[in-house]
Amino acid sequence: MSNAFEELGLAEPLPPKDEAVEIGIIVGGSLSQGLDVRLTGNGTVEDAKVGTFVTIQGTRHRYFGIITDLSLESADGRLSSNIANADAAMAEVLSGTGTFAQAQVTPMLMTGMGEEEPQPARSLPAHFAPVNRATNEDVQMIFGEEDKTHIYIGSPLDMEDTRVCLNLEELVKRSNGVFGKSGSGKSFLTRILLTAIAQRGLATHLIFDMHSEYGWQATSESGYAVKGLRQILQSGVSVFSLDLESARRRNLTPDYDVKIGLDEIEPEDIAILSSTLGISDAGVNACYTLYDRYGKRWIGEFLGMDASAMAGLASEGEHAGVLGALRRKLRDLDRIAFIQPEAPSGGGAVKQVLDHLASGKHVVMEFGRYGNDQMAYVLVANLITRRIHAEYRKRTEEALASDAKQPDPLVITIEEAHRFLSGGIASQTIFGTIAREMRKYHVTLLVVDQRPSGIDEEVLSQLGTRITCQLDNERDVDAVLKGAPGSRELKGVLSRLESQQQALLFGHALRMPVVVRTRDYQDFATEMSIPGYGRGPMGPGDKKDLFG
Amino acid sequence: MGQCHQLYESPALGTLVRAGEDVFGVVSGITTTALDPSRRVIARGAEVETEAEIYAAHPQLEKLLRTDVKIAITGHREANGVVHQYLPSQPPRIHTFLYTCTPDEVRSFFGIGAVPRLDFLYLLAGFGGSGDDAMAAALRNASQAFNDPRAFLIAASRTVAMELSGDTARINAIVRRLPIGEGTI
Repeated sequence: MSNAFEELGLAEPLPPKDEAVEIGIIVGGSLSQGLDVRLTGNGTVEDAKVGTFVTIQGTRHRYFGIITDLSLESADGRLSSNIANADAAMAEVLSGTGTFAQAQVTPMLMTGMGEEEPQPARSLPAHFAPVNRATNEDVQMIFGEEDKTHIYIGSPLDMEDTRVCLNLEELVKRSNGVFGKSGSGKSFLTRILLTAIAQRGLATHLIFDMHSEYGWQATSESGYAVKGLRQILQSGVSVFSLDLESARRRNLTPDYDVKIGLDEIEPEDIAILSSTLGISDAGVNACYTLYDRYGKRWIGEFLGMDASAMAGLASEGEHAGVLGALRRKLRDLDRIAFIQPEAPSGGGAVKQVLDHLASGKHVVMEFGRYGNDQMAYVLVANLITRRIHAEYRKRTEEALASDAKQPDPLVITIEEAHRFLSGGIASQTIFGTIAREMRKYHVTLLVVDQRPSGIDEEVLSQLGTRITCQLDNERDVDAVLKGAPGSRELKGVLSRLESQQQALLFGHALRMPVVVRTRDYQDFATEMSIPGYGRGPMGPGDKKDLFG
Repeated sequence: MGQCHQLYESPALGTLVRAGEDVFGVVSGITTTALDPSRRVIARGAEVETEAEIYAAHPQLEKLLRTDVKIAITGHREANGVVHQYLPSQPPRIHTFLYTCTPDEVRSFFGIGAVPRLDFLYLLAGFGGSGDDAMAAALRNASQAFNDPRAFLIAASRTVAMELSGDTARINAIVRRLPIGEGTI
């Protein structure tokens, strides 16, 4: 298996490393506020950009950091009033002497002399320590090289030849987030992550594909066709569709036509939808009462009741108005095409998903026209995830008891995650639980969202690695950075991301935060599809080869 | 302080001079006074047309008046030829001869490297007022000994800017005295 990796990427010689270019010297600062770097040399003021990756050579340690802010300073407090009659010559004399530029550098990592492994920076370089622009070699040392567990995700700004690699093994250990406003490249990044994880056999995927863009070919905003997971990983991916017509219109045959039975819906599923459907708390309580009384078939029974049965129910303590309202709302559910009175024989969608996952296949759940139907999306995602989580939990506990093999890690990808994880409902939904309990039961989330401020703070803080494209809203920026070390500095970086193909990455899968120009997806897809590389996901046997 | 052999025959302000063999200085002031401090100079020439006629009519003036130059010591040369831009351990003795430095000596005083050595500016910067004029004059004069006078002046001005950092007005005043504007050199 390893040959396939060596033949690619790794064997490809990286371009020769750059010479270290000195950009300045340390003149002050602190660990909490960042280091002040006086920029030296001509032209470096405009060359140094926020987000640039730098190294600082101390006497016993080497430090790595990023430029988080830039400022123009002058030795003379009255400069602005004194400079009125300065000419070009004066400017030449003063620049770099009486007036100079300063960069704020946040130290992130340090390595002792002769040590390989970088540690989080806990000390500071002394005054006058030279600050260099990081070379290819430095970046490679920190972000690793592309291999069995690392995926090349992009290049640092202004270092087009350098590769920043994500540690996927660390990535799948926790829930993660991909954020960015619409059109900023979220889905491309997500596709790269999903494909890479699948390709390396690090986890199986369950993707709730709201806009039907991950499974098959999709069309990018600039108009060209984008390969989906199915095309890259082929039979390793099963596409489930909730909207057969939409799939047929695209000349596609889904592997499974999902139907949900009313008898598969539990009161918990309705509770999550309460705000979407406009069901009151009393209505939710009534659901539980009905469930206690009629069991699995509670919705069917309730909808089928005649007036006298309703009156009977009301006489037993439930408010008639509440019941009437609930009935009307539940009828909305019943009208959704993929919802049937009873689950298909053989276990229905949940069982199918579980079977596919158990056989090592990745499942993409396409919503077709229901992608814009918040109710359908939330209902299905929640319903399936809850049962899958329960199953994984059971399997994990059984495996613990009998010392057997633990289930393979599962990554559940949800879009528009704020609908499941908003402050009010995160504690109730299964997604909130998964985000919080991390990898205990081998299920983690990949949260894709454009409005991170809508996601519960506690859930956000549990996200191991956050990948953020441009965000416009101040609140979203704050939300994404909440709890991240050095968030104040990162904020400056994040708010200056370009609108496309740039992302700020930070968290467990990386040694330090970094801004990258994300790699070209087409190249990635081509690389993944070439023979030897695109031989489909690895089965359990292959995983054993990889991880012993 | 030096005294000229001939009245009014002093080197120009800012000239780099050598006292004896090993002490360097910059002419930072020129004064002409009566030799006898107790005798005041009298204004003459009410009845003549030109200044030259006064001196022709009173040849004794050449002996009674003296031109003195004030020299700020800016460095010295060790016996092995190494030039230091700081004060020598002893001042030059009385009656030490003063020489105007040759362009070669000027270059060796400022160093041959890409960036001129200008540590001595620190010694001059202390004077303030007319000292700044002397400094500007010294730089103007010295620049003529170099192939690229403008580059020399820019580098020198940057050193001045560092030395006087925080006083932009003063730096500006000095820089304006230097011919480094566009097209002036």
